Amino acid sequence: MLSKITLTTIFLFIIAQTTYAACGITSGSIRILANDFPAIHAILSAAEKCAGGGVTFTKNTTKEHRNLQVAGLTANPAEFTSAIVANGSIVPLLNDGLIRPLDDLVAKHGKGLKKHQLITINGKIMAIAFMANAQHLFYRKDILDQVNLEIPTTYEEVLSAAKAIRAKGIMEYPFALNTKKGWNLGEEFVNMYMGYDGQLFKPGTAIASINNVKGVAALKMLKSLTEYSNPDFLTFDSNATAAMWEAGKLSLATMWGSRGGAILDDKGSTSNITSNTGLSGAPTVAGGSTPATTLWWDGLTIAKNITDKDAEATFIAMMNGISTDVVKANNDKAVWLVEGFVPGKAAAGVSASATAGAPPYPMLPYAGLLHSALGSELAEFLQGNESAQQALADVEAAYNATAKEKGFL
Amino acid sequence: MAVFPFLWTLWGSFKVQGDFFSKADWANAIYGIRTLAETGGSFTVNGYSSAWIEHEFWRSAVNTLIVVFFVVIISLSIGTLGGYALARSGYRYAIWLLMLALVFRAMPHITLVSGYLLPFFQWNIWGHLPTTIIVLVAINQPFTIWMLHSFFLTIPKELDESALVDGCNRFQAFWHIIIPVMWPGVITTGLFSFLLAYNDFAVTAMLLSQENQTMVPKIASFLGSTQQEGEVMSAVAAVVSTTLPLFVLVMLFQRQIVSGLTAGAVKG
Amino acid sequence: MPHRTFIIFILPSLLSMFLLIAVPIFSAMTQSVFIAHKQVLQVSETCDPFGCKKETSVDAEATAELRVKEPLGIFNGFKTYTNRNHLAVAEIKTFWNVTTDWKDFFSRIMNLPFYKALVFTITYTFVVTPFVIILGFLIALGTNSLASSLKGITIFFSLLPMIVTPLIGSLILFWMIDADGIIGSTLQIIFEDNDLSLKASPTLTWIMLILYGIWHSTPFAFIVFYAGLQTVPQETLEASMLDGASLWQQKRHVVIPYLMPLIIFVTLIQLMDNFRVFEPIVGFNASANATSLSWIIYNDLRGEDALQLFGSASATSMLTIIGVGILLIPVMIKIWKEFNSKTV
Repeated sequence: MLSKITLTTIFLFIIAQTTYAACGITSGSIRILANDFPAIHAILSAAEKCAGGGVTFTKNTTKEHRNLQVAGLTANPAEFTSAIVANGSIVPLLNDGLIRPLDDLVAKHGKGLKKHQLITINGKIMAIAFMANAQHLFYRKDILDQVNLEIPTTYEEVLSAAKAIRAKGIMEYPFALNTKKGWNLGEEFVNMYMGYDGQLFKPGTAIASINNVKGVAALKMLKSLTEYSNPDFLTFDSNATAAMWEAGKLSLATMWGSRGGAILDDKGSTSNITSNTGLSGAPTVAGGSTPATTLWWDGLTIAKNITDKDAEATFIAMMNGISTDVVKANNDKAVWLVEGFVPGKAAAGVSASATAGAPPYPMLPYAGLLHSALGSELAEFLQGNESAQQALADVEAAYNATAKEKGFL
Repeated sequence: MAVFPFLWTLWGSFKVQGDFFSKADWANAIYGIRTLAETGGSFTVNGYSSAWIEHEFWRSAVNTLIVVFFVVIISLSIGTLGGYALARSGYRYAIWLLMLALVFRAMPHITLVSGYLLPFFQWNIWGHLPTTIIVLVAINQPFTIWMLHSFFLTIPKELDESALVDGCNRFQAFWHIIIPVMWPGVITTGLFSFLLAYNDFAVTAMLLSQENQTMVPKIASFLGSTQQEGEVMSAVAAVVSTTLPLFVLVMLFQRQIVSGLTAGAVKG
Repeated sequence: MPHRTFIIFILPSLLSMFLLIAVPIFSAMTQSVFIAHKQVLQVSETCDPFGCKKETSVDAEATAELRVKEPLGIFNGFKTYTNRNHLAVAEIKTFWNVTTDWKDFFSRIMNLPFYKALVFTITYTFVVTPFVIILGFLIALGTNSLASSLKGITIFFSLLPMIVTPLIGSLILFWMIDADGIIGSTLQIIFEDNDLSLKASPTLTWIMLILYGIWHSTPFAFIVFYAGLQTVPQETLEASMLDGASLWQQKRHVVIPYLMPLIIFVTLIQLMDNFRVFEPIVGFNASANATSLSWIIYNDLRGEDALQLFGSASATSMLTIIGVGILLIPVMIKIWKEFNSKTV
């Protein structure tokens, strides 16, 4: 007769096996490549719980992920089974055909997903988005009260607020954008251009169309704004602007919504600054109705050059990672797109911009090339060394050279 | 003048971000006002505990030790052999090889590393420490053999020629006669190989997987990106942790370094 | 030395360099003369969290078919080298025809990314290299004549700037020279200019980068020369002292010729390394005011969302190698002469 102890052990063993199968995966290899920030860590830790009992899990969170993803997924078998991407970084993977359509996996395992989480291209689901981000306005209520002004809703109002703050002697350089030469500067131009309802490219082609009235207007607006920024503005990346905000050196700023959490917490700043910091939707410009910003999403993709078994295992694990429970436990780490997210104070700006109809950053195959050209060539205009038309002509020339090289023109 | 930035960073690593990077008043870094407000004390080891414990910086330290040890040993072994051969060759092709090595050295590392990615992924050797060790040795070979060859040239030929006359073969002449006299050259070259492996960023950031990262790319990863805040104080604490051992080593071994460097002065 | 022995001694070193440097250089050379196939574009419905619209995307299967047929791409000859992002031959011809005076011509050339980087790179190389060599030599001489007890400490302090990795060293200094940082504020007080900002002015940024370069590289020259000074034969020095030579003459006629191989070596390395400068530019966020050839490559291969431009980066790498080759010609000639005189 089996003793009670043996019976209990066998019973527990069976339960343990069932627990391992709770994720629903019996075997497979999950290898994830992702960026390195807290929200991703939360997701991946939850997904990692699916490991064990024949399922191996490795993750690589690194800021170099964009440089590794193309080579990593081109290899056969791919080094990574899943790459976490954003609207910008999914483009090289789409261009080279390195990720697989997810329609059948979503039908089988994606019951909890909301419709707007599905990124579809040409009718096929290519990625699942789980969080959103955008640049929007941050303001200091106490300083606006000192100059008797309302929260600016257009960039023209931002300019007059900055002027008033300077005139009253409160701050010499009350405003900042992320204008560091390079990607940041390019992003600010794209955002502002969107506010003027500008078209980056001639529809259906890869021909850049920014050297026009709207482009010049966008540049001139940026220049006026930087006149209220510290003269070092061409070195301002997000770390710099956030640091300046927390030190109380700014009254108004355009910063990423994802920085909101860190700015509003009780570290790095005084309680006076933190309690008076407000987040609002991105301003419009020139009387338009489109907020002058672009919306970004982060999502997961599944590689093509892997076995179907690994693909399914990875998908199930990642579904666990972005489940409602995980989002509820990490509510304030990001602006989640998942069911169960409750927007807090830090998410106010992104939500407001999205509701007001801000456009998403274009997922065009050649948008990155134009963005890069913008970031390199616009610095001279902002330094006052060349005219707006010359700067935009330089951008288009630089873009044409790289687009030819990549086969888009 | 040389030391001030390090002392400043060392002092600041015991404060919080609001003080060390204070845009409000740089003197905050000295007095630690925000540190007092946020942690209750003028000094805090938050940066260090965050880096070493939360982010497991000790793993990177171990990885660095492994990488550095092997890079120095392998670099010096094959470099001394190569440098000796080039110095004693006497044929034209030695100079051509040296010039070719210079051309190799002129290639920017970033392009090289980007070229490695696809083959390494395909052969499944990406992310492992031995791969990075070999890459670092190879990339530094031109410098190593040039340096050692220059040092070997300053040693008179008579030394090994007399050994050959006495019946040693080339390798024995190399090992028993030249190496002891070459000590200054070997130490100096070893020092540079060590620094190269210890401080490298371009190769290690792209070729190592997350667990295998050495200290420098790990520090870079603390520094936040466009859309996300970083943990800058972890980076500062990690920077101090990375440079301090070097200082200590140089201080402790400076006598050996000096005597090693002067060993060649006594010559027959 | 017999050839066979030579090969055995040098084989491991040569093999590692061949596999990991020569082969990639050759592959980069190949990549630089090809451009990608024409991407087949299609317009289709794209949906994301914020709505659906018709957008252009790449027809991956059709493009892949083209790639399979000709994996390297379309042969472009040297057009990548002469396009606007590199030597900009066509643009320069236009400038030559259009501009009326030298100043305008040069300012237009400086507008081109490659030439802007080239001017900074050459300035940096030709200012930093001589300073490093002279300073390193003087410090080595000075340390050599110190009492033994002080030698250790001096060596330690002189080595410090080199020990820290450039990316982090420049980052620390970047924090300190900010207008609100300790060095920035002190400079404002010294120059009595409240708006003085090292980061805003191109001239000051260049000076700062050059000073950083000298600070960082001098220890290298110092330690090499110091090691070499230990091997200067005492008898020759003593003989020259007996002959009544002054200190300076001793140095000039005994020490310097003796150390010539090392001086040549340091010059070589410094010219090459300074020509490839880029880490301080990244660390100091100085790319608005100063760019270098290696920085352009870095930018091509690591743009935040841009596609990686292998062809362009390879072309700039080849141009860098050619540039280094040109710089090194005088030194090479000297080595050649030395070698020939020795073997005779």
